[in-house]
Amino acid sequence: MLVSEAVLERVHEDVHKTQPWNNPDAVPYIRFENVTKKFGDFYAVDDVSLDIYRHELFALLGGSGCGKTTLLRMLAGFEEPTSGKIYIDGVDMAGVPAYERPTNMMFQSYALFPHMSVEQNVAFGLVQDGVSRSEIKELVAEMLGLVQMSKFAKRKPHQLSGGQRQRVALARSLIKRPKVLLLDEPLGALDKKLREQTQFELVNIQEKVGTTFVMVTHDQEEAMTMASRIAVMNEGVINQTGTPFELYEYPNSRYTANFLGQVNLIEGVLVDDDEKYAVIKSDEAGCEIYIDHAVQGHEGMTFWVALRPERLRITKEAPKDTKYNCVSGKVEEIGYLGGISTYHVRLESGKRIKVTEPNSTRQIEPRYTWEDTVWVSWEAGAASVLNK
Amino acid sequence: MSSDKQEGSLTLKQRFDRWMIKHGRVLVVGIPYFWLFLFFLVPFLIVLKISFSVAEYAQPPYTPLFEWIDEGITITLNFGNYLFLLSDSLYATAYLNSIRIAAISTVITLLIGYPMAYGIARAQGSMRSVLLMLVILPFWTSFLIRVYAWIGILDREGLINAFLMWTGIISEPLIMRQTEFAVYVGIVYTYLPFMILPLYSTLEKMDVSLVEAALDLGCKPWQAFAKITLPLSMPGILAGSLLVFIPAVGEFVIPELLGGPNTLMIGRTLWNEFFANRDWPIASAVAIAMLLFLVVPIMWFQHIQTKQEEGQQ
Repeated sequence: MLVSEAVLERVHEDVHKTQPWNNPDAVPYIRFENVTKKFGDFYAVDDVSLDIYRHELFALLGGSGCGKTTLLRMLAGFEEPTSGKIYIDGVDMAGVPAYERPTNMMFQSYALFPHMSVEQNVAFGLVQDGVSRSEIKELVAEMLGLVQMSKFAKRKPHQLSGGQRQRVALARSLIKRPKVLLLDEPLGALDKKLREQTQFELVNIQEKVGTTFVMVTHDQEEAMTMASRIAVMNEGVINQTGTPFELYEYPNSRYTANFLGQVNLIEGVLVDDDEKYAVIKSDEAGCEIYIDHAVQGHEGMTFWVALRPERLRITKEAPKDTKYNCVSGKVEEIGYLGGISTYHVRLESGKRIKVTEPNSTRQIEPRYTWEDTVWVSWEAGAASVLNK
Repeated sequence: MSSDKQEGSLTLKQRFDRWMIKHGRVLVVGIPYFWLFLFFLVPFLIVLKISFSVAEYAQPPYTPLFEWIDEGITITLNFGNYLFLLSDSLYATAYLNSIRIAAISTVITLLIGYPMAYGIARAQGSMRSVLLMLVILPFWTSFLIRVYAWIGILDREGLINAFLMWTGIISEPLIMRQTEFAVYVGIVYTYLPFMILPLYSTLEKMDVSLVEAALDLGCKPWQAFAKITLPLSMPGILAGSLLVFIPAVGEFVIPELLGGPNTLMIGRTLWNEFFANRDWPIASAVAIAMLLFLVVPIMWFQHIQTKQEEGQQ
């Protein structure tokens, strides 16, 4: 009953296609309005406004202490905002205690009740709501089937592996069909291999049940694989919100560029500013960088040019007929990973540039070796220009 | 190279280390066993022995159990002392009274100690150590002095009466000392730390997110307490209750100093037999019977605890 009902619901909603965040008429499902949370003098969350839409799998991404968990706990009702408002499905959550909110949470530690069996854990929320015994039995069986834990119904949590506990925790938090499921580092306690496998399973389950997921993670790969949108947080503030694609291709700051994937940041000064292009002179790189679009700013301003390692080319000879976008240096470190190789090139200024190259053809011997003098170059469209 | 040759070239220290690796475990476990044997089992056996003898005016004041008669050893076991305990209702009353008073005290201690332990376990880091310190602090003064202090508080002319008379709430002093009430006050006061400390240690170890998970799944705070916190703190409740109950049953000083002539507890009976009646065999029998009474709950506790530990693994 539970799952089939949910499947019907999902048929007409696929946030990846409808992209409600780009639609000004779309009504957000969860809304943070200028939310601030102070602990003593410390601003854990500082004036955050954020809209999350129905059926999203939204990730709050950031390092430890960035306020992502506090934001999640305020949604759950474990913390009250110092100021600002939180709405879920249009209802103001101020003063609504955790046990009356339409949210359920999957805890980082899973928080399974050690004195209850898997079955009793999963049934807990329903028992609390006074659902009839026969219905509970049916729903629990269905939920355990969904997370493939039917065989372990009678076990106690301490008799389960980490991955199994994670599934039970998921089942327990989903069984009440919350409007919003909150996940605090859902895969944090699993080892790498299990984590990758579980990422996709979680996404599948989310698509099946159609619940809106809000998850907290510090793992950019996890966020990018799973989330429909990501908010990158730092020091209590949301740095940037967007789809994984937007964040990776169009970071708005050095922090975001650094946090998602790898990046070379080159400092320089704007020397030529046109409607169609811009030139940044960088002492660090020892060259002029040509950008194929206009830059917001005036000549003489400092910018950072963000270059992804995989967008750089490495060659033995200097590229011909251009003085822009090429720098030379010595190969200092080589990482041969089979499919790709990574090179660390030391420029004359002392700056290190990281380049990754796919090994798309089989070679007799490595293309470059230590101390080789090489040229690193890139297309005019490869760089993003950041001003903070 | 033979192993003998190697042995020969070992220094004394190396030999000692090897010996320790082989036998160190036995040694480490052996020391407390030896200690318990010497200072617990041997005195117990002496008391047991005395309980089977007959009182007489002599030094020591009982008949010997083993006698050399005609080149052979004769053991004279006298069960009369135990039978006497059954025949005189005084002893049964004293036992039952002791158990009743100890049980009621344990419940009161639990009711007071649980919220305190909970508060300490949930307090902020530095505050927590201060609060724990305050719980342990009374141990730094003599137990006897603290019980005497309660005489000063509960007495006819004591602090409480003086205060109540001064405020005019009462015109006649309340009789608090030399009542059972005073015994409860004394026992609860004295044994409260023994309840708080094990409770604290279970509550402190408990993951707070379990309670949050219960709230999240629809429990009101008191329901979360009843369904999660309380059952999970059961080992602490049991440990604390037994740490209070067992010594409270045999308590002598508190009923002697604070209780009245009607507060009959087994500890006082024991004292009277030993020092007033100088009937060591009867006194020993009382002691052994009390031990048997208490061994049952201890065994039960141990059983529960091992089961709990197995469950946690």
